[in-house]
Amino acid sequence: MIKQFLMNLLLAFIWVALTGALYYSNFLFGFLIGFAILWVMNRAEEDKRYFTRVPKTIYLIFYFLYEMIKANIQVAYDVITPKYFFKPGIVRYPMSARTDLEINLLSTVISLTPGTLILDISEDKKTLYIHVMYLKDKRSFIKQMKNGIERRLLEILR
Amino acid sequence: MKDIILILFCTIGTLAILFASIGILRMPDFFLRLSVTVKASTLGVGFLLAAAAMVFPEVFVTTKAIAIGFFLLLTTPVAAHMIGRVSYVSGIALWKGTQLDELDGMYDEEHNLKSDHATENFKARENS
Repeated sequence: MIKQFLMNLLLAFIWVALTGALYYSNFLFGFLIGFAILWVMNRAEEDKRYFTRVPKTIYLIFYFLYEMIKANIQVAYDVITPKYFFKPGIVRYPMSARTDLEINLLSTVISLTPGTLILDISEDKKTLYIHVMYLKDKRSFIKQMKNGIERRLLEILR
Repeated sequence: MKDIILILFCTIGTLAILFASIGILRMPDFFLRLSVTVKASTLGVGFLLAAAAMVFPEVFVTTKAIAIGFFLLLTTPVAAHMIGRVSYVSGIALWKGTQLDELDGMYDEEHNLKSDHATENFKARENS
C-alpha cells in the first residue's frame, strides 16, 4: 500500500523531471500515468487495495464537496429568508469508527458539513453527540450518516 | 474562460462569508450561530484562496494557498468542537424550538461523558 503510493509519487516526479514543467496540472498528469503503469504491472499481485482506494478517495472528496455546497445553499436560503425552517436537536450517534485516526477524520468531515456540528465525544470513544440543524427524524438521520459519509470513509481507511 | 471561473469563485466565496455574518445576527441561539459561522466561513475562505491561486501563476502563491486551506480544514472543526463543548458544559440555553437534546444529563460531576443511557433521568424522559 505505502510502497505502491511512494512508487507512484516517484513516477510522477520522473514525469515532471522529463517534461521539465513544474506545474500542478503536469504533476497530476504524471501521477495518473504512474497510476496506470503501476496498475498494469501489478495485475498479478495479491494486494490490489491501492488501486481501489485511490478512485474511492477521489470520489469521496467530490461527494463531500457536493454535499457541502448543497447544504450550504440550504443554510444560506434559511439565513436570508425571514421565516425559520430549521428544527435543531442534539443527536446521540453510535459510530462504527474505532481508532483515533478514523474518529478524527469522521468528526472533521461531519463538522465541516453545514447543518451538523460535533458537540462532544464520549469517554469510551463509542458515541458522538451531534448538533443537527434540520432534524426531521432521528433514525433516518443516523441511517443516512451511516450509509453515506461514514461507510465511504471507512471503506477507504480499512 | 478563466475570468468567468475567477468571477464565479470570488462571488461564491464572498456570498458565503456574507451569509455567515448575517447568520450570526439572525440565528436564535448560540449553537446555531456557531453551526452557521464555522462552515460558511471555511467554504468562503476556501473559494477566495482558490481564486487567488488562479490569479497569480507563481508557484509560491499556489503552495501558500494550499497550505492555508489545509490548516484551515484541520483546525476549524477542532475549534468549533471545543467552543461547542465549553458552551454546553457551562450551561448556555438551547433555543425553545429545539426538538431533541440527547446530551442532557449525560455528563457526570467531573464532566466525563457517558455513551449509554444508564441514567434514570434519560430513561424517564424517553418513556414520557
